[in-house]
Amino acid sequence: MSQIPMDPVVRLRGAVALTGRFPALSGADLTVSRGEVVSVVGANGAGKTTLLRVLAGLVPPRSGEVVVLGVDLCQEPAAVRRRVGLLGHAPSLYDELTARENVRFALRAAGVGAGEVVGALERVGITGRLASTPVGGLSAGQRRRVALAVLVARAPELWLLDEPHAALDPGARELLTGLITGAAAGGAAVVFSSHEPEAAAVLSDRQAVMGGGRITELRPGSRRAKLSTVGEGDSHVA
Amino acid sequence: MWRDALLVAGKDIRIELRSRVTLWQVVPVAVLSLVLYAFALGPVRHTLSSAAPGLFWLAVLFSTVLATQRSFAIEAGEGTRDGLRASGIDPAGVFLGKAAAIAAELAVLQVVLWASMTVLFGVQVHTVWLALVASVLATIGLASAGTLYGALSAGLRVRETLLPLLVLPILAPVLLAASRAWAGALAGPVAGGVSWLRVLGPFALAYLVVGIVLYGPLLEAG
Repeated sequence: MSQIPMDPVVRLRGAVALTGRFPALSGADLTVSRGEVVSVVGANGAGKTTLLRVLAGLVPPRSGEVVVLGVDLCQEPAAVRRRVGLLGHAPSLYDELTARENVRFALRAAGVGAGEVVGALERVGITGRLASTPVGGLSAGQRRRVALAVLVARAPELWLLDEPHAALDPGARELLTGLITGAAAGGAAVVFSSHEPEAAAVLSDRQAVMGGGRITELRPGSRRAKLSTVGEGDSHVA
Repeated sequence: MWRDALLVAGKDIRIELRSRVTLWQVVPVAVLSLVLYAFALGPVRHTLSSAAPGLFWLAVLFSTVLATQRSFAIEAGEGTRDGLRASGIDPAGVFLGKAAAIAAELAVLQVVLWASMTVLFGVQVHTVWLALVASVLATIGLASAGTLYGALSAGLRVRETLLPLLVLPILAPVLLAASRAWAGALAGPVAGGVSWLRVLGPFALAYLVVGIVLYGPLLEAG
């Protein structure tokens, strides 16, 4: 972990973004470094989802400074998409395609070779008959696993997860924890939203509390403390 | 762009082969409309054969609207449209892929309609190449314009009713030119039909180019 460069993957300064006419982000500030896991918590409508969609290049910021992986999203909101992986509220899957076909399509669409399909599905526990079942016939939790397999295979530099624990059973939650930890250990930055502040804090290095479209508080998470016991003691500044 | 187009077309065709919406819903509706037109016109052979080209392309036109709605219903699922955008895929490739898939479905539909028309209206195509060229150009135009306006209405709640309102007037030149070209192909003398290819060709090219250029902004705006 000591080899991971600490240049910021995400740099937000006074970011403003609209959802329709409503200012869903109204001056958010946040910095996220490589290898760091940041959880975002807040009430419904606080701006968590919009924040993630701005970072994914799906919602163009109206003003402020939004730089992701060195790309100014105020100028080129779409330029960063192939380097970022977003798991939204609803998995981006086609019901009529099988899990394997969905992952293969997502990888090819992202310009990534489709050689990792089977391995990625196995890592999220979608194997055998499940992998060749149209995803419309899978449970919500299984569909979420398939969507996670896309992220695993793509290995983006920035993981954006919108309430990733929703619809997951305890086993899948453990799997998700492993994936987030593994991504961060590999040098990716991870930002995820949650409605469970305590559980999210355990998974993250820092926790951003949102309200009214702003980040009102940044507090340390306990993952960082755990990692420091095995040699990671880098500091992160928002 | 071409790689992405093949990818999207392959995905849409695979979904269609699995769901069979075009096969079991769009094609039967189109054939049924031909049957109903025949009922409405009466059993006079001459009336039926002279009206056949127009009725054929009218059925294709309405089927284009249904096929386009189906094509965008695929992307209307929660998160799929965002997923497509977030993947960084070339929007021009998405446009070409979706248009190609619609064109393939319309081509299958036309074969079935042609066969039905032969049986119901007793018509025969004398100048096959003219009918084929007119069909290819008209299909490219219909699929391109349909895909473009499908994207325009995709993000709206009233898309099902808005799409026909937007697209049918736009497709009127294709209906006119393809019907006249086919009338020439059915009658035999080529000269009367060939001139209408000069309408179909530029229409197809124009909507192909406009779609490639505008699909990205439309996808982002939706």
